[in-house]
Amino acid sequence: MLMNIVHYLISIWVPLVCAVIIVAVLPLVAGYIVLMERKVMADMQARLGPMRVGPHGLLQPIADALKLLIKEDIIPDEADKAIFWVAPLISVTAGMLAMSALAIGPWFQIADLNVGLLFVVGIGALGIFGIVLGGWASNSHYSLLGALRSAAQLVSYETAAGMAIVGALLLAGTLSTREIIQAQDDYGVWFIFAAPVGFFIYVVASIAETNRAPFDLPEAESELVAGYMTEYSGFRWALYFLAEYTNMVVVASIATTLFLGGWLRPFAGMPIFNFLDFFPTLLMLFVGAYCFYRAPKQPVKVQKMFMVAVGLGIFLVGAILAAPLAPSVNSMLPGLKPGLHGAFWFLLKVGLYIYLFMWLRFTFPRYRFDQLMRLGWQFLIPLSIVNVMGIGVALVLHRQWGWSHWTAFPLTTIATLAVAGWLGWADDKSEKEHPMVGET
Amino acid sequence: MIPTSHYLFLSLALFTIGVIGVVTRRNVIIILMSIELMLNAVNINLVAFSRLVGSAEGHAFAIFIITDAAAEAAVGLGIIISFFRNRETLLGDEMDLMKW
Amino acid sequence: MMLDQIVFYFFATLAVISAVLVVTRRNIVQSAIFLITALLATAGIFLQLHAEFLFIVQVILYAGGIMVLFVFVIMLINLDLSLHQVQFNRQWWLGLLLSLVLGAQLTVAIAVGRSGLPMGEPAPATMLEPSTQLVGKVLFTEYMLPFEVASILLLVAMIGAVVMAKKKV
Repeated sequence: MLMNIVHYLISIWVPLVCAVIIVAVLPLVAGYIVLMERKVMADMQARLGPMRVGPHGLLQPIADALKLLIKEDIIPDEADKAIFWVAPLISVTAGMLAMSALAIGPWFQIADLNVGLLFVVGIGALGIFGIVLGGWASNSHYSLLGALRSAAQLVSYETAAGMAIVGALLLAGTLSTREIIQAQDDYGVWFIFAAPVGFFIYVVASIAETNRAPFDLPEAESELVAGYMTEYSGFRWALYFLAEYTNMVVVASIATTLFLGGWLRPFAGMPIFNFLDFFPTLLMLFVGAYCFYRAPKQPVKVQKMFMVAVGLGIFLVGAILAAPLAPSVNSMLPGLKPGLHGAFWFLLKVGLYIYLFMWLRFTFPRYRFDQLMRLGWQFLIPLSIVNVMGIGVALVLHRQWGWSHWTAFPLTTIATLAVAGWLGWADDKSEKEHPMVGET
Repeated sequence: MIPTSHYLFLSLALFTIGVIGVVTRRNVIIILMSIELMLNAVNINLVAFSRLVGSAEGHAFAIFIITDAAAEAAVGLGIIISFFRNRETLLGDEMDLMKW
Repeated sequence: MMLDQIVFYFFATLAVISAVLVVTRRNIVQSAIFLITALLATAGIFLQLHAEFLFIVQVILYAGGIMVLFVFVIMLINLDLSLHQVQFNRQWWLGLLLSLVLGAQLTVAIAVGRSGLPMGEPAPATMLEPSTQLVGKVLFTEYMLPFEVASILLLVAMIGAVVMAKKKV
């Protein structure tokens, strides 16, 4: 019986290793995304951001994590203790579980479910309970209001996000993440070019799904203290924070898988563009060289050595990425190319999507809650329905009537954009005539 | 491989617990939740038989039941909210406006 | 084979225990949480039956939609009142007795009739198409009319719920 279990565990060692890596690495990655956000915010506000803790602030997340771990754990008096304790766990669990159906490279996936994409969307939706129960268990008006607003926002934009995904799924023909990327490889074009309106809807809906600005009213500091997170301090707050950034990574991964071609290199099918295969290594060389350039300028000797070590680490990654391109060294090396380069391209695209999130955060002012709900229900959902119809029409035109790709899809995109313009105009007009401020 | 009768017993257990919830509890929200339990038990039954027969009709029927449950929960909760605003009570015993 | 049984018994036990807790808790919020676990356990049973599409539909719609609605309503209603009221109604013993009689009848019916069911599954799971495609085919060809009627039902329910819950009609 024990041998049976051991045999079974050996046969599933790849998903187990992937799961352990995700659970161990994701909190660290979330911490560094926070650092990236602070640096990007500083850059857009013409300042430098964290520079003290570690060279260029590179050890800031570790300092933050230590601080949160040793903070006092305050539980409100009348709070429902069991639910108070379990609410952040639900959020984190939902976020991490959603990562299990996503394929980071062709070799890194925990479970290739038949219904992979829908699984990710659905489990991400279970994170709503973490928010609502957390707000409820805090026994405070601000928390409850923030939690209910946040949950209402999430539910509203979930429909729009789902329909935008359906639009792209019509092109893919399958729900499994691996096969969606395979379909993009077969078509030769990423689905963002065939369904750009769907991508736009998904970007807006995913910003609202993760409670990021400009849709972050439920957790904005100047509005409701911190919304549902008000009464959580120390490590429990860190768990909510981790859940939010994990959700960002999940949403970026869905967009990358569905619209941006997953682990495919740009122009994957065309051999003329094979020089793009050197891009990963060149990028790593560039960043490593920059680290070496900045190393002598650090004030403290330990920081100098740290920068040199970081630079060396990046050079090593660059070398590993260059290895599959040199078949003369060892004939087995080109076999490593799909896994390594695939993972690099996927992570690069996810990083760019998250940079887009941050860019939008520091550019736009916050939406008021009724404007938020109006945008979700009266603009995005009708637009996403029209998008699905448009892509359906384009597919029928292409497959049944034999029109070419280059006429059918741009035509329906233009038609959908016209409908979007009309909806925006009608929305504006109705807001002027029936302003929602002051109504219950 | 699990014999189909195991699924039927599970479905039966959930259904009986749901029935006990409906006829025993006073709070109408708990009664609604027990109705959802009963609908789930029926779903398990349908999917188990659909697996036995090898067709997807049981799955389709289960999807219709889930749709139905959503509609019923929405309207039922609307009624409960409306009644609560009027009478300030959530107990089935006290909702006796139509009794003679 | 062993994995099958472990998964089934795990989810079955979880479902039954959660169901019992739903029906017996005094605090409505705790009942709602246990109903969520019961629904997720049912979704697990669907996954074990190789009904992947139904598994994910159960998670998204039931646990992620209907239960969110329940939790919203519970939070908008004053709960302190119901924490101190009597839980079970006056005729609880009769209800319990009759439900157990119903359960016993059905148990006997299944136990006697189960030898009539063909044992095992007619086709191994890998031979069937993915369940999404199967369900899609059935829903859009044979059961097109119930599908359309279900959408009208949802529209009617949406209008009804909005009208019922408005403060001034």
